[in-house]
Amino acid sequence: MDQATGTGLRIVVLVKHVPDTQFDRHLGGERSTTDRAESILSELDEYALEAALQLVEAHGGEAAGHRITAVTMGPAGAVTAVKKALQIGAHDGVHLTDEALSGSDAAGTSLALAAVVRHLGDVDLILTGMASTDGETSLVPAQLAERLDLPQVTFAAMLELTSDDDGAWLLSARRDNDTYSETVESGLPALVSVTDQINEPRYPNFKGIMAAKKKPITTLSLAEIGVDPGTVGHSGAWTEVLTAQPRPARSPGTVITDEGDAGIRLVEFLASRKLL
Amino acid sequence: MATVLVFIDNPGESLHKADRELLTLAATLGEPAVALSGGLSPLVTQELGAHGAVTVYQPADLDVEGYLVASKAAFLAAAAEESGAEAVLLGNSFEGKEVAARAGVRLGSGVITDAVAVDAGYVVTKSVLAGSYTVTVRVTTGRPIITVKPNSIEAAEPGNAGSPPVLQVRVAAPGKAARITGRSGKTSSGRPELDEARVIVAGGRGVNGDFGPIEELADVLGGAVGASRAATDAGWIEHSAQVGQTGKTVSPQLYISVGISGAIQQKSGMQTAKVIVAVNQDADSPVFEIADFGVVGDLFAVLPQATAEIRKRRG
Ligand SMILES: Cc1cc2nc3c(=O)[nH]c(=O)nc-3n(C[C@H](O)[C@H](O)[C@H](O)COP(=O)(O)OP(=O)(O)OC[C@H]3O[C@@H](n4cnc5c(N)ncnc54)[C@H](O)[C@@H]3O)c2cc1C
Ligand SMILES: Nc1ncnc2c1ncn2[C@@H]1O[C@H](COP(=O)(O)O)[C@@H](O)[C@H]1O
Repeated sequence: MDQATGTGLRIVVLVKHVPDTQFDRHLGGERSTTDRAESILSELDEYALEAALQLVEAHGGEAAGHRITAVTMGPAGAVTAVKKALQIGAHDGVHLTDEALSGSDAAGTSLALAAVVRHLGDVDLILTGMASTDGETSLVPAQLAERLDLPQVTFAAMLELTSDDDGAWLLSARRDNDTYSETVESGLPALVSVTDQINEPRYPNFKGIMAAKKKPITTLSLAEIGVDPGTVGHSGAWTEVLTAQPRPARSPGTVITDEGDAGIRLVEFLASRKLL
Repeated sequence: MATVLVFIDNPGESLHKADRELLTLAATLGEPAVALSGGLSPLVTQELGAHGAVTVYQPADLDVEGYLVASKAAFLAAAAEESGAEAVLLGNSFEGKEVAARAGVRLGSGVITDAVAVDAGYVVTKSVLAGSYTVTVRVTTGRPIITVKPNSIEAAEPGNAGSPPVLQVRVAAPGKAARITGRSGKTSSGRPELDEARVIVAGGRGVNGDFGPIEELADVLGGAVGASRAATDAGWIEHSAQVGQTGKTVSPQLYISVGISGAIQQKSGMQTAKVIVAVNQDADSPVFEIADFGVVGDLFAVLPQATAEIRKRRG
């Protein structure tokens, strides 16, 4: 991955196929893995894709040679996430799939995704969501940066790319922590994760849906990217789930309609629960 | 006794509550040591000793503050090796998780986030899938690296041990990093932090730009102010007040939800609260499905009345 100069940007957007948060989600099986029926492209990865599209549009578009590749790792069905990304505007897709990947934790996922990026070659920018909506760990982006020795610009709520007279790219971003906000700068290549504050993701339109049918999707196996199956999946995981208990659903309590004294009755409830 | 290393980032003038909780937890698991980045004042060194830290490690010749995450992670990994720590504990902030993530790769160690309990065998309890499951998890490779949610452990009272020795750790080649070019602090509201508060009063689109009634109720209850994304997106309150999937996940004793419909992304951040109270004028709002006590009514009438009643009762 060389410093990009002159030629177009190659942007990889990581898209995860996750259970739809609008439905009840379940853990199951011997190792308490997530049930992946009813899965979709992770909502939070749509912000990463939108950020990629906006960067490309701000710098001459496709005509300038920029290219966005949507990459997913997961079972056969996960290709749906890539297809959706192609409909929204990514140019091509990569689907890493292999039996041996099943049960990967963050360590295995970041190892395999890092190998995909190396396999692709000249990648200038990797964009990811702030967290997957199923795993919710936010570990993968930071681990990818460590494995690929890339500067990480994570939890970006604002992102800008400029190029200087020599054509060298400079990334600037704002990141909001609990008690402060910081501005950061980095050259390319770099890894960026974005929050849901950064933009308003677009929907696929009819033209995009038709165009996506002709866009190439490459399927890769672990052997093709040179990853030892023992280092990923259940066998390569560095963590294990021992037990999983569904939380008892909250049952609705008392609901009253205000007849002029609801504020007082609310306080009586708090007092009865010793919450005052 | 085995060393348990606690990572503390920039304590400033005094240890934060979350840091004291981590030290307390570390002391139940082994002998606490601290990997500290940022300035270390004599007062903080003393506090660390009083909370059981036997050794403090700091990075030698490395600017960890000017760069994002990579150098802090490299330092933490080096300190873990230097101290021979059996396990590493960090806070559960964005950055805590990221430092843990990268240190995990450097040390070849598994990482677990969002812990609410850690037992003597490093079996970690946490909730997943937006609070719908409670799982126990363990690290199988390397030394456990665990990020712990604030408020999960009661911080112990300080003892009177003296200041621990401070050792400098050489850090091998940190990864490439983005440069931090500016930092702006948030002004403190004087209210408790959202993720540490016993009581949270949260407002949504229903407050229609006026957080006054929410703040007044929060203040009589000594609570923090939270918000839905609709309210933070509208700019009525800062983004750091957002509760939910992409905001804070909170588990207070009491969560009062006001003018919030209760979308899945909001619920995922608050449904592990002990007691939930909802005030909403629409009886069909999904928030009533999870509320222990619900009021169908206008928040601008109900909240001021409740606030006045609490004041009255307190005389
Ligand atoms: C990727 C993604 C991430 C998200 N993350 C989050 C998140 O972290 N947190 C979050 O909260 N949301 C999040 N959302 C948004 C979420 O889906 C909802 O849109 C949002 O929670 C709605 O906020 P609300 O309940 O305040 O507004 P609304 O749904 O508009 O509800 C307002 C409520 O106020 C009531 N009301 C109006 N006036 C009064 C009055 N005078 N008195 C009493 N009640 C009144 C109404 O009856 C209504 O129920 C996310 C969405 C996406 C797509
Ligand atoms: N299996 C996967 N395939 C593609 N991208 C992934 C995968 N797992 C994680 N990611 C990316 O990493 C981000 C953070 O995921 P996580 O660390 O699991 O919270 C997601 O928003 C995705 O962009």
